[in-house]
Amino acid sequence: MTINSIQDELIEDFSFFEDWMAKYEYIIQLGKELPLIDEVYKKPEYIIKGCQSQVWLHADLVDGKIIFTADSDAIITKGLVSLMVKVLSNHSPQEIASSDLYFIDQIGLKEHLSPTRANGLLSMVKQMKMYALIMQAENK
Amino acid sequence: MTHYDIHSIRNDFPILKRSVNGKPLVYLDNGASTQKPQSVIDAINYYYTSQNSNIHRGVHHLSQIATDAYEVTRRKLKSFINSKEEHEIIITKGTTDSINLVASSFGDAFVQEGDEVIISAMEHHSNIVPWQLLCERKKAVLKVIPVNDEGELDMDAYRQLLNDRVKIVAVTYISNTLGTINPVKEIIELAHAKDIPVLLDAAQAIQHVSVDVQALDVDFLAFSGHKMYGPTGIGVLYGKEKWLNAMPPYQGGGDMIKDVSFEKTTYNELPFKFEAGTPNIAAGITLSFAIDYINSIGIDKIAQYEYELLNYATSELLEIEGLRIIGTAKEKSGVISFLVGDIHPYDIGVILDKLGIAVRTGHHCTQPLMKRFGIPGTVRASIGLYNTKEEIDELVKGVKRAVSMLS
Repeated sequence: MTINSIQDELIEDFSFFEDWMAKYEYIIQLGKELPLIDEVYKKPEYIIKGCQSQVWLHADLVDGKIIFTADSDAIITKGLVSLMVKVLSNHSPQEIASSDLYFIDQIGLKEHLSPTRANGLLSMVKQMKMYALIMQAENK
Repeated sequence: MTHYDIHSIRNDFPILKRSVNGKPLVYLDNGASTQKPQSVIDAINYYYTSQNSNIHRGVHHLSQIATDAYEVTRRKLKSFINSKEEHEIIITKGTTDSINLVASSFGDAFVQEGDEVIISAMEHHSNIVPWQLLCERKKAVLKVIPVNDEGELDMDAYRQLLNDRVKIVAVTYISNTLGTINPVKEIIELAHAKDIPVLLDAAQAIQHVSVDVQALDVDFLAFSGHKMYGPTGIGVLYGKEKWLNAMPPYQGGGDMIKDVSFEKTTYNELPFKFEAGTPNIAAGITLSFAIDYINSIGIDKIAQYEYELLNYATSELLEIEGLRIIGTAKEKSGVISFLVGDIHPYDIGVILDKLGIAVRTGHHCTQPLMKRFGIPGTVRASIGLYNTKEEIDELVKGVKRAVSMLS
């Protein structure tokens, strides 16, 4: 599936939720499905800055596709990372670097995009794209 | 207890009527900033409609009105904290600005290489970093009073730290994270016995308890307008005349001068020596309306009301399984910090926000304190004079809901 078709599917899934509670319960559930980062990578260099909680992110290039693994000590943050990984993982560096992540706003998580100290969703997106750019360059 | 007309008080604060995320706002983040009564809001409007002009420098009518109104605030501040002289009230940009002023200016004059500065482990970054910068600049040593598991200062350790090399003690009156009311009279007496001056960070005290600088005999006291139902961008440094006169100017510029030439510039007298440039005039003038508002209720009545509310909140929150309070000092005011099991405070904060409940989560600008307790942060509910029992009930309900979603 392309990045955009995954986004569209998520937008459809989220449109069924009647209230914020159902939405967050789903996000929390998604967090439990997050492909977990190897403990050996839970080091400062893999921490995403800008989050109130700790978020670790790792990227591996496998057969030309980036596989993301991550973890967080906050449940909702873990859910948000899981969403991002679901959309971006297992795609080529070019696809990830050039992606437009319109789904975040459309599923009503715009507030998590604001560059305040508390949430690092913006930082997460930046970091994932950074990995993609680096791996894209390395590939050449 | 004498009647506290909470409904009338709440009506004075227009923002309390608004909704957040479709729910009535429950504002429990007063430690971060307080809401403003209509009288303060109106005064800001009135200033720009009818009074606006630069102060301390004009001969025309508007400048005179604005200057008078600004100095009224100084006069009211003097009464509010019972300062001996009006010129001991320096109007600054806020608590952080006030503390930086002392660290820089007092530090310049009195702190030399090898000297010591005492702060505590529960300080807000604004009462840590200015002293770190000073110590780096002057090659002085920063000493830290430890905090016990209840969140109280280790007074025995404090006594041990006081020696001939200590030049100043800077501590918080009431902790913004723990709510601990520090034994400030004792802290000051012990320091004075060795001729050491004391600065109190009163940012979280000025709106909760009656502050009397003469009774405390404190040397410096700092607080912010926006935490006492006044506007942002304005604050106070109280300093004993003898210190302020002995300190060099902090910032140079207009207003703080007497005569300027390229050969020599002489400085203005107190308080203007420490008030360089055009201040936030609107905020300075309207701060007096915040003082009036607090006085119209009475700080002691406010203290009593909040004390009962804090006790109620504490006992209700403790009913929640797995909840532990961070900061269990015998004397507390204003805030309750808590955690529930292993749940990250950020998660609880997000859910509470969805329910229209505003609290603060994280390290509350007291990272060293969080490290000392081995926690990533807390959920902090902080009380103001307009909060109610019903709001506390909503908070408790909200926390329970968050916990069930997050377990």
